[in-house]
Amino acid sequence: MNKIARDRLVAEVARIVEEANIDLDGKAVACLKAALRNERNELAQGILAEIVENQEIARNERIPICQDTGVAVFFVELGNEVFLDFNLEAALNEAVATAYTKGYLRKSIVRHPLDRVNTKDNTPAVIHVRPVMGSTLRIRFAPKGAGSENMSAIAMLTPADGFAGIVRFVVDVVRRAGGKPCPPIVLGVGIGGTFEKAALIAKEALLRELDDEAMNPRDRELEQALYQAVNATNVGPMGLSGDTTCLAVKVNSYPCHIASLPVAVNIQCHAARHKEVIL
Amino acid sequence: MLRLTLPMNEATRLSLRAGDRLLLSGVIYTGRDAAHQRMVDALQKHENPPFSYDGSLIYYTGPSPAKPGRPIGACGPTSSYRMDPFALALMPAGLRIMLGKGPRGKAFRDALVKQAAVYLVVTGGIGALLSKRVLSAATVAYPDLGAEAVYRLEVVDFPAVVAYDAVGGNLYGDLDD
Ligand code: SF4
Repeated sequence: MNKIARDRLVAEVARIVEEANIDLDGKAVACLKAALRNERNELAQGILAEIVENQEIARNERIPICQDTGVAVFFVELGNEVFLDFNLEAALNEAVATAYTKGYLRKSIVRHPLDRVNTKDNTPAVIHVRPVMGSTLRIRFAPKGAGSENMSAIAMLTPADGFAGIVRFVVDVVRRAGGKPCPPIVLGVGIGGTFEKAALIAKEALLRELDDEAMNPRDRELEQALYQAVNATNVGPMGLSGDTTCLAVKVNSYPCHIASLPVAVNIQCHAARHKEVIL
Repeated sequence: MLRLTLPMNEATRLSLRAGDRLLLSGVIYTGRDAAHQRMVDALQKHENPPFSYDGSLIYYTGPSPAKPGRPIGACGPTSSYRMDPFALALMPAGLRIMLGKGPRGKAFRDALVKQAAVYLVVTGGIGALLSKRVLSAATVAYPDLGAEAVYRLEVVDFPAVVAYDAVGGNLYGDLDD
């Protein structure tokens, strides 16, 4: 039995929330540097160089990578042998409020989509909890900016649309988004499940390591095909043309109904921020 | 790389061409969704604008809070297309130099040429780098909006690229809406 104290959880989560906003992970940096080496368009090279320089300044001077420090998204894996004598969601929200107010992060959440009054501490977070076996609590955090989130899309395709239909839809979403989601982007693609399941696994795909590959060979094939097709669009960094439209494509799949082929595309900007803690 | 000072006179504005890379210095103003709504409301009620629009640049940003000892936090651009409906009202009132990120709609682009205005872009998601190009920041209007208030920024060598110029040049190419 792993009994976790509330104070410790709040402090640890507040720490990763702050760090995620300041310290871009090494794999994202490696992807950006590789893109800079391979890019042939001069204006695009300049943009990629600015992005690489920016993340260094952010880390060294502890300034957020981007002023849009996002909506706080958590994916939690809760082991069956973990014991919590408090409300996990409330504790995560307290960590968010602490990190965003003490860490000089921007508060971007309004309490209702129509009255639009700012909650002033960036709560509530969006929290997904999955029960797993074991004695650990794994908390993954991603601040999700609106520029790229707003360009995300879902389609309920039919089985006949198949592989080619998925590629067509994703490329179309990227093209229409153009420079708005701050390309180079990372694409989280969820195929299968239901309407909401496809969106959820698409978002979770964005938390995968940038250099990993899907386990399932069909998903892997789709990742490669989408990576090629998206980078052939010439959308380019910030939508101003170039070889680098996406840094990576991550496909997650789930079984689905005989009549369905849901496809969700969650777009992540180049500020592909995430951190995790295991308690 | 062209070094320009803000506010900018009309001749300079008209001489800019899509694709020109700029380093901006001087005074600029910030405003995004909520501030634009208020600026348009003020215009309709014949109230004074929050700053003089003549020759001024408006920068679409909502910075993160400044840490002690710094003028501003991260301050990269926000997506400009959301400001299109407001810009249609504000360009005729004199606000003719805009800075943000991403392409904009056809109605905006048509009005921009009619008003001989210019639209500049800066790389999104480089707010830490850009914060180092800001010397001072002061709230000039709507302080209740927090990050969305109108700030007067003194900048030096702030990088930008001309996306749409006053004669219809378009760095994004021909986008059909
Ligand atoms: S899309 Fe990403 S990089 Fe661009 S402004 Fe939003 S959070 Fe920042």
